[in-house]
Amino acid sequence: MRIDKDLVAASATPLVLGILSEGDLYGYAILKRVSELSGGGMQWTDGMLYPLLHRLERLGYVSSSWGTSEAGRRRKHYAITPAGRDVLADRQEQWAVVAEALRQVWQAAQQPPAPTAGWA
Amino acid sequence: MMDPHAELEAQIDRWRGYVQRRQAISAADVDELEDHLREQIADRQATGLDDEEAFLVAIKRLGNLDAVSREFAREHSDRLWKQLMLVPEDTEEAGAPPWRELAVVLALAVGAGVAVKAGLAWLDDGSVQARNLSFLVFPFLAAYFAWKRRLTPYVAATLLVPFAALAIVVNVYPFVSGGSTEVLATLHAPVVLWLLAGVAYAGGRWRSDSRRMDFARFTGELAIYYTLLALGGAVLIGLTFAALQVVGADLEPILADWILPFAMPGALVVAAWLVEAKQNVVENIAPVLTRVFTPLTIAMLLTLLAVFTAAGGLVDVDRDLLILMDAILVLVLCLLLYSISARDSLAPPGLPDALQLVLVVAALAVNTVMLTAMLTRIAEFGFSPNKIAALGLNLLLLVHLVWAAWLSVGFLRGRRPFAQLERWQTRYLPVYGAWAAVVIVVFPPVFGFA
Repeated sequence: MRIDKDLVAASATPLVLGILSEGDLYGYAILKRVSELSGGGMQWTDGMLYPLLHRLERLGYVSSSWGTSEAGRRRKHYAITPAGRDVLADRQEQWAVVAEALRQVWQAAQQPPAPTAGWA
Repeated sequence: MMDPHAELEAQIDRWRGYVQRRQAISAADVDELEDHLREQIADRQATGLDDEEAFLVAIKRLGNLDAVSREFAREHSDRLWKQLMLVPEDTEEAGAPPWRELAVVLALAVGAGVAVKAGLAWLDDGSVQARNLSFLVFPFLAAYFAWKRRLTPYVAATLLVPFAALAIVVNVYPFVSGGSTEVLATLHAPVVLWLLAGVAYAGGRWRSDSRRMDFARFTGELAIYYTLLALGGAVLIGLTFAALQVVGADLEPILADWILPFAMPGALVVAAWLVEAKQNVVENIAPVLTRVFTPLTIAMLLTLLAVFTAAGGLVDVDRDLLILMDAILVLVLCLLLYSISARDSLAPPGLPDALQLVLVVAALAVNTVMLTAMLTRIAEFGFSPNKIAALGLNLLLLVHLVWAAWLSVGFLRGRRPFAQLERWQTRYLPVYGAWAAVVIVVFPPVFGFA
């Protein structure tokens, strides 16, 4: 199943922040984790992750540092900042509300419509 | 021995070269993307794909380079700044020949010269001329941006109305000749007009922080280009003078009557165009300049502070000194703004940022000394338009600097992103315009046009 583009865009920030709150990671590993978590359902355009990470960095939600990979290449690692954790907590609440509202609406949709008393 | 993956390496190299040509993607970003690409290739190879297939899959997963580069540009508008020039170049291919912009610029430059010359010829009083000078030049600069950014009628109206209102106020008010409210209005009019020019520069999107930062950058580079043009012009004129003097011809009257009235406003329009067109050239100088002048300015401010403390207060100091000090503080502010605009907002805090904080603190110290001196003067000799104007400016500067220092400390300690410091500068700018407008419009009636 492919997830709709707008939904992917809306969930990108909390997803990345959430993944980074598990521990520092570099770009490719973040994407692998996204794919793992969604069972392969969320396919990002890989290149788009980096502008997003840079924006989160500019906003102060993540910080970055250059290190080296096992193969000796330059590699940029990202870590979540205290401000990022605040934002993440805030987003979590928002998403919980949305998810709860959706859950109720799905449930209501599954029930047969209540019989209408009237002139029938 | 031949590297078994030589072909793959060559492909990655070609890809790197291709990505590097995108101005919105910096060299460090290319490194980051390459690391990603190689990881992806390695993972594909592990699932059994050969080099070529793995490379193709990895490239495809990375996405359309145009779209990715646009996304980078949106995030890093400071890099986009370099591209501003390139965008119209591509879009204008539909009809507009490249010389059209040059023709427009030259026409506007000559127009500005004619306007100033006509103003000097028709307005006989020297102070009336001075009051109107900025109003004569501004329309031509604004017209250039209006043409360049294709301003909507609505934005053009938001420019024209305050411009016309100010022009009327400045000319209708019955100023007492040589009075200080007149001098104040003359000095503050360019500030308001310059911020209006900023609205035109931003193409009407003046609420955007990044456009405001672009305008700060633009202002700094305009000053550099204008200085370069002025220096070149001065050398040229000086040599011509010397040569003609040997022959016995005197150019002096022509210089005052014709060359300067045309050259000075014309150079402003041309400099604006140069900044627009040649952003890349100066871009390399800007950070260097700010790094050179930040420590020098700190030294200057500290010297001033030392002299003031040695002199034991400023109460009986000439009021010219207070005005001079205000000018110095405004200059420091411009330097601060320019160096912030020239900085990569993602770079971690470093020595230049610490120096910048020292600069802000030194300016704050000077500002405090000035404020005390001014308040004592006011307590002793009473109010005057000059003192209130200077006091107001000092208070504005105080607020600006205190908060900038606070944000700088937060940034240096890694508590705040640099963007907050940037945003504070850009958000505060209109306050100066509002104050200048108050000085022009409200001061003269309040102080009886004296």
